[in-house]
Amino acid sequence: MSKVTYIDHTGETRIVTANVGDSVMETAVRNGVPGIVAECGGSLSCATCHVYVDEGDLASLPPMEEMEDEMLWGAAEDRQDNSRLSCQLKVTEGCDLHVTTPATQV
Amino acid sequence: MTDGLLIIGSSQAGVSLATSLRALGYDDPITLLGDENHRPYQRPALSKEWLQGEITNESLMFRTQDYWTEHRIDVVKNERIVRIDKHGDGSGVAHAMSGEEFAFARLALAVGARPRRLLLDGVDLPGVLYLRNADDALELKARVPDVRDVVVIGGGFIGIEAAASLRKMGRSVTLLEAAPRLVPRAVGEETSAYLLDHHRAAGIDVVVDASVRRIVPRGDRVGGVELADGRVVPADLVLVGVGVLPNTELAESIGLACDNGVRVDESAVASDGVTVAVGDCANLPNPVPGAPEGDRVRFESVNNAIEQAKVAAYAITGRREEYAGIPWFWSNQGEVKLQIAGLSSGHDNTVVRAEPDRGRHSVLYYRGDRIVAADCINHPLDFMAVRGALAKGLAIPRRAAADASTALKSMTVDPATLVAAD
Repeated sequence: MSKVTYIDHTGETRIVTANVGDSVMETAVRNGVPGIVAECGGSLSCATCHVYVDEGDLASLPPMEEMEDEMLWGAAEDRQDNSRLSCQLKVTEGCDLHVTTPATQV
Repeated sequence: MTDGLLIIGSSQAGVSLATSLRALGYDDPITLLGDENHRPYQRPALSKEWLQGEITNESLMFRTQDYWTEHRIDVVKNERIVRIDKHGDGSGVAHAMSGEEFAFARLALAVGARPRRLLLDGVDLPGVLYLRNADDALELKARVPDVRDVVVIGGGFIGIEAAASLRKMGRSVTLLEAAPRLVPRAVGEETSAYLLDHHRAAGIDVVVDASVRRIVPRGDRVGGVELADGRVVPADLVLVGVGVLPNTELAESIGLACDNGVRVDESAVASDGVTVAVGDCANLPNPVPGAPEGDRVRFESVNNAIEQAKVAAYAITGRREEYAGIPWFWSNQGEVKLQIAGLSSGHDNTVVRAEPDRGRHSVLYYRGDRIVAADCINHPLDFMAVRGALAKGLAIPRRAAADASTALKSMTVDPATLVAAD
């Protein structure tokens, strides 16, 4: 089973069972997890699905491409070393990913 | 139990209204009613990633059924409202074509827009399609395997996106635009020129100043498009994308003021003071800070649907919030990723930041020395910098901006510090 744990800026935690192949953004939005807006539906146009990835999970993720990197510079809450756009993170078999959502996405 | 809120229209604006209301703690029943036989889904990818088979049907869905159930949002499919009886207090009953009735304490219109139809000989031939909703897209996608020559009528976003997708799928594509340039309503001349060059280089036969005379048959179906000069462009499939018209008939029938959309105030409330209207169907005060008094706009965008739905949700819960913000838009056209921040209307000069070797091309629009908008092609850094500057009321000096090798974000200044040379 694959799952994603979403921690909001207040520390509230939601654990969602995820479908392999869906993105971390899609998993959040379809299940109504607050803190991820995703205006553009995952087409790398809006930077409103910004998350901070748990340090322990960072190494398991594919490196970011230039477009994601550039979009992150414009995220509403400043990027950090563990920032990613969750539309670019795919759920894999058996993954157990932990991400923290920023206080604001817009 | 009260009858609650009835939202007519279950696309982006209707869904955003329902989900915003629940996020605000609104506890009354919500009915989210749509006239398509699909669960609420996202439309932007229909002309792009979905058409090209890059994403699944499931990834278009706004929410899981569990979400709708848990949040007590009653999603109704396949019901077309044809008549509404509304009382003075805003409550009433909506009557569907099926005979079903939906009573409401309060009404929200998220009824969207419909494609403008071509009025030409041959438009009813099989193989002449429009692209607005999932059924349109399903029909288009189903026909593509049997199609070699496609003619797209209309060089706006939908037309270009579909043309670029179909070209990538190996079809021979001709794109006809009546104006002298592409996307004449939404982008400036420099961006239009870039798009024209790019899409021609990508193998699309783009014809501007195209005057379409009629659609010609081949046997009992579409065979081509005849231009005013007599030339016939062969076509197994014709896709028409010549703009949309807001669906205002229901609103007019209950006496709401309409003028290119349902007229609403800054809080998305219509002229009866209680019904709300959101999304593509709404005509609203220009939300850009500092916009001319009385200026009104109607947007066809996801960003607007979401932001307007938020203020409508506040209005329904009794808190008045005014919609203010920087509109933004995106359009993915093959290898072109176009992002637009702000509204360029009223600009009097531009700055172009081009990096041809990287496929980047940004056009910054200025009114005097103040930046008002930008079209950014394959340049998210510029887009995000301009969007951020506009949102914060910051200026980007023109002279500095002309240097494409320097990041715009590093140039933003308090507008009071601008000097004549900027």
